[in-house]
Amino acid sequence: MDKSFRLMPEQASSIAPQIDALYYFLILISTVMSVLIAFLIIYFAIKYRRGSAVDRTQGAHHFYLMEIAWIVGPFVVVMVIFFWSARLYFAQARAPAGAMEINCVAKQWMWKFQHPQGNTEINDLHVPLGQPVKIRMISEDVIHSLYIPAFRVKQDVLPGRYTTIWFEATKVGQYHLFCAEYCGAKHSEMRGRVIVLEPSQYEAWLAGREVAQPPEVAGRRLFDQLRCNSCHVGSGMAGRCPPLDNLYGSTVRLQNGQTVLADETYIRESILRPTAKVVAGFQPLMPSYEGQISEEGILQLIAEIKSMSPRASESGADEVKAKEGQP
Amino acid sequence: MITSSSPQPRNYLNVAYTVSSWLFTLDHKRIAILYLLGITFMFVIGGLAATFVRLELMTPQGDLLESETYNKLFTIHGIIMVFFFLIPAIPAVLGNFLLPLMLGARDLALPRINLLSWYLFMIGGLFTIWAILAGGVDTGWTFYTPYSSTYSNTYVMATAVGVFVSGFSSILTGLNFIVTTHTMRAPGQTWFRLPLFVWSMYATSLIQILGTPVVAVAILLVGLERLFGIGIFDPSMGGDPLLFQHLFWFYSHPAVYIMVLPAFGVVSELVATFSRRRPFGYAFIGFSSFAIAVLGFLVWGHHMFTSGQSIYAGLIFSMISFLVAIPSAIKVFNWTATLYKASISYDTPMLYALGFIGLFTIGGLTGLFLAAAAVDVHVHDTYFVVAHFHYIMVGGTVMAYLGGIHYWWPKMTGRMYPEGWARFSAILVFVGFNLTFSPQFVLGYLGMPRRYHVYPEEWQVLNVMSSAGASILAVGYFFPLTYLIWSLRYGPKAPDNPFGATGLEWKTPSPPPTYNFDEQPVVEEEVYNFVPEDTERKPREERGEVPHARA
Amino acid sequence: MPEHDGALAHQFHDYGQQRRAAELAMWVFLVTEFMFFGGLFLAYLVYRYRYPAEFALGSQTMDVVLGTINTLVLLTSSLTMALAVHAATVSNRRMLILLLWGTIFLGTVFLGIKAYEYHHKYVKHHVPFAGQEFHAEPEHRLGLATFYNLYFLMTGVHALHMIIGIGLMLVLVVAAYRGGLTGPRSIVVHNSGLYWHFVDLVWVYLFPFFYLVAARGGGHG
Repeated sequence: MDKSFRLMPEQASSIAPQIDALYYFLILISTVMSVLIAFLIIYFAIKYRRGSAVDRTQGAHHFYLMEIAWIVGPFVVVMVIFFWSARLYFAQARAPAGAMEINCVAKQWMWKFQHPQGNTEINDLHVPLGQPVKIRMISEDVIHSLYIPAFRVKQDVLPGRYTTIWFEATKVGQYHLFCAEYCGAKHSEMRGRVIVLEPSQYEAWLAGREVAQPPEVAGRRLFDQLRCNSCHVGSGMAGRCPPLDNLYGSTVRLQNGQTVLADETYIRESILRPTAKVVAGFQPLMPSYEGQISEEGILQLIAEIKSMSPRASESGADEVKAKEGQP
Repeated sequence: MITSSSPQPRNYLNVAYTVSSWLFTLDHKRIAILYLLGITFMFVIGGLAATFVRLELMTPQGDLLESETYNKLFTIHGIIMVFFFLIPAIPAVLGNFLLPLMLGARDLALPRINLLSWYLFMIGGLFTIWAILAGGVDTGWTFYTPYSSTYSNTYVMATAVGVFVSGFSSILTGLNFIVTTHTMRAPGQTWFRLPLFVWSMYATSLIQILGTPVVAVAILLVGLERLFGIGIFDPSMGGDPLLFQHLFWFYSHPAVYIMVLPAFGVVSELVATFSRRRPFGYAFIGFSSFAIAVLGFLVWGHHMFTSGQSIYAGLIFSMISFLVAIPSAIKVFNWTATLYKASISYDTPMLYALGFIGLFTIGGLTGLFLAAAAVDVHVHDTYFVVAHFHYIMVGGTVMAYLGGIHYWWPKMTGRMYPEGWARFSAILVFVGFNLTFSPQFVLGYLGMPRRYHVYPEEWQVLNVMSSAGASILAVGYFFPLTYLIWSLRYGPKAPDNPFGATGLEWKTPSPPPTYNFDEQPVVEEEVYNFVPEDTERKPREERGEVPHARA
Repeated sequence: MPEHDGALAHQFHDYGQQRRAAELAMWVFLVTEFMFFGGLFLAYLVYRYRYPAEFALGSQTMDVVLGTINTLVLLTSSLTMALAVHAATVSNRRMLILLLWGTIFLGTVFLGIKAYEYHHKYVKHHVPFAGQEFHAEPEHRLGLATFYNLYFLMTGVHALHMIIGIGLMLVLVVAAYRGGLTGPRSIVVHNSGLYWHFVDLVWVYLFPFFYLVAARGGGHG
């Protein structure tokens, strides 16, 4: 980790230079404005000090013209900044298709990550260089916030709801990873490292760890344990429960006539509160699994259900959603 | 009219000396003094907590304090300073004292409500102090759920009650000011003859009555969830923690304007008086306060860009936040333009006012960084935000408050403050402030999260700079506390209008009699009607208007 | 300076000014009350959108008959209150006292019925907080708990306002017996009336929000 004194953080992600460019522009605007105001104040303050012999006759100044000028001027400037920032904000929020997905469960006071190959790690996060990475996060207790300054990304991690963050690392090295939302006594110790590796080294790192189960394999075992397939498989109690094949990423029609996109949030809700969104043509027969599966387990089950929809899980449901314009 | 030169004139201070004459007073001026004592005490407590925070951050390890203690200290600092100093400071002290005087009224419209609101403030404050003494509270001043409602093991309830009760004090003050401004103006005093301080008080009051009830409800719900398990915010009970953030910031963002709008009013008065000019664009300054009050209610979501709210909502909040920059810019430009062709003197209040304009400009411009959602994602919850709001709250509100206290001190106490010491400490405050908070902008962009007890060692240099600045700032605050008390006994007697200001408050003796005016004033001239030859006059010292006021 | 008798406070010039100030103060106060309930109504809307089925289910356990009776009782009390304000304005003391007692009576009836309903909920284990045993199907548990939480919270805060209102009426009755509510002081009755009508108005929203969700329109909405 670079421990030298610096005024700007390292740029280690694809978005970081773009954020910094806007930052520099804002600094430029701020400097021009502050210097202008400071100069005028000091100049007037000296020139028009009490007792100085200067002309103080108030001419017919263009009063309204000036007011309009300094309403319109700042308006134009801030709108330029707004549109610039809005474009970047969308880029930050939407992961590109095909991003590698890492699951993250946060709790007081640690970060638990699980890689697509099943490797897990705590507080450290190894990622490959030049590969978009998307982290799906949930908290087991209070609100946390995953923050990697060198990547210029931050996202709150909520209990009971998934949020995602994405980045593409552009520089090999080790970077700080912080919890940015105050979460209790050891908030400032809830931090770790992001370790960016060359793709080959990343593969080697994955292989060097003790063999772990990919999430969907662990999810399949849970799926069997909970006997999900006694209803949710085409045969068996066919027709009584909605099939799960090709569910992920599809649009589901509900009993009340509304439709919903089958993304991770929907699947999670349907496991925990099956009656919340009943699929059209089915009875609300499924029991609730609230409190019976850990957050990691739910993420693994979702991985399993996603693996039943090979096409959609490649691009991810979020992208479908983004195209449809749903927040 | 009685002048202060006659021996022992009757005024609101010497009319009675008993304790009960103070504790049961209905006189707005006495209640203002009561508030002054209360919030000064609170400021000292909040400042002590900040001192420990800055001391701890001198080193990257957590070596001075336990993390639990540290968390309680920054929470105390935040809660005390926000709810018990910044929100009441200017309205409850200067507003209370001046509003009826500026309107030519005998008192506020509802004197009993006014006294009640002081008692509520004190009860709320004592609850909070009790919570601190009993063991403290560690939720941060923002009380985010579910940490505050379920997980924290500290005295959240007592603190919540304290904040809730003091909220009613704020509501009642706002209500009183609105009613007073509508119904108590002197004959001839139209809306456009009101001093800008009254305009800003009115805009502040609107926010107080519209926003405070909402945070009251949010805090009530946190309390009920903690006490009885009425699950509204905890997801494990079916609630939504983001709902709390929405309710909280719906108040707490406008609350920032409760804190800073009165400062705008004070600075407008100071700039006018010490420039001998009617503020440039009087109506624009006045209406921009209302624009800020209205827009301020539509931008709360900019505290939640990374919270998981919809990015489309974030976009709208981002845009409206940028719009707030415009009325703020209007004010800064108009104050600056007021100095043009003015006749400027550099009494202490003016030094504070000019310092305010500079620091508020920086505070406002760094607000643009935070309104830009893409940059905010990076700097949200870091020291960048801490620096930004201290530039507004301390560089803005506290500077204006100190300027206002100096300016109206002769009116409130009948004594002049020592000018030399006062100028010296004004400069000290300005320098110390910048040294404290400018390194925090850099720290924030480097990525140092706020509320961190321990931090990576490479950030020590900047933190030490900040702590060093804080020690200068502390000395700068200590001086006025001392010499103002000193001046009560040893300061030169103040004339009725020591600064040659306009405004009805200067047309009555210093200190004013109990019912403010011996005769009902009638307003026949425009506001800020400085006599032209006045601007050409020599400095006051040479005019001999202020007898031996210099230290 | 004007003469200041007992009814004109020291800060005012005349009764007109005093009356304008008092009435404006009451309206501003009601604005703050509006914002206070606004926060609760926002919470209601958020959770009704999140748990439509459970809100419908919860609403079915409400006693619509009692709710309707209570609505009528409260609206009638608004009528007696409005008449009381008129009586005060025309300085009809006997009528004023009678109508105030009427308002107090109707307000108390409302609270009595409300208390009976609360008790009924308690007996049926529909109280999800304060460590009570809460009966609900597991798949509806969170949504129903939220419904009942909001029900007790919002009607509870409303009932608290009713109790304060009745206290206010009792003070008015005492003052009326002493003959102190006529002339310029009738503004006190006028303002109390504004408060009473506001509290009624809140109930007019609470009633459909909790009693009339189900079996009308979309059902599972």
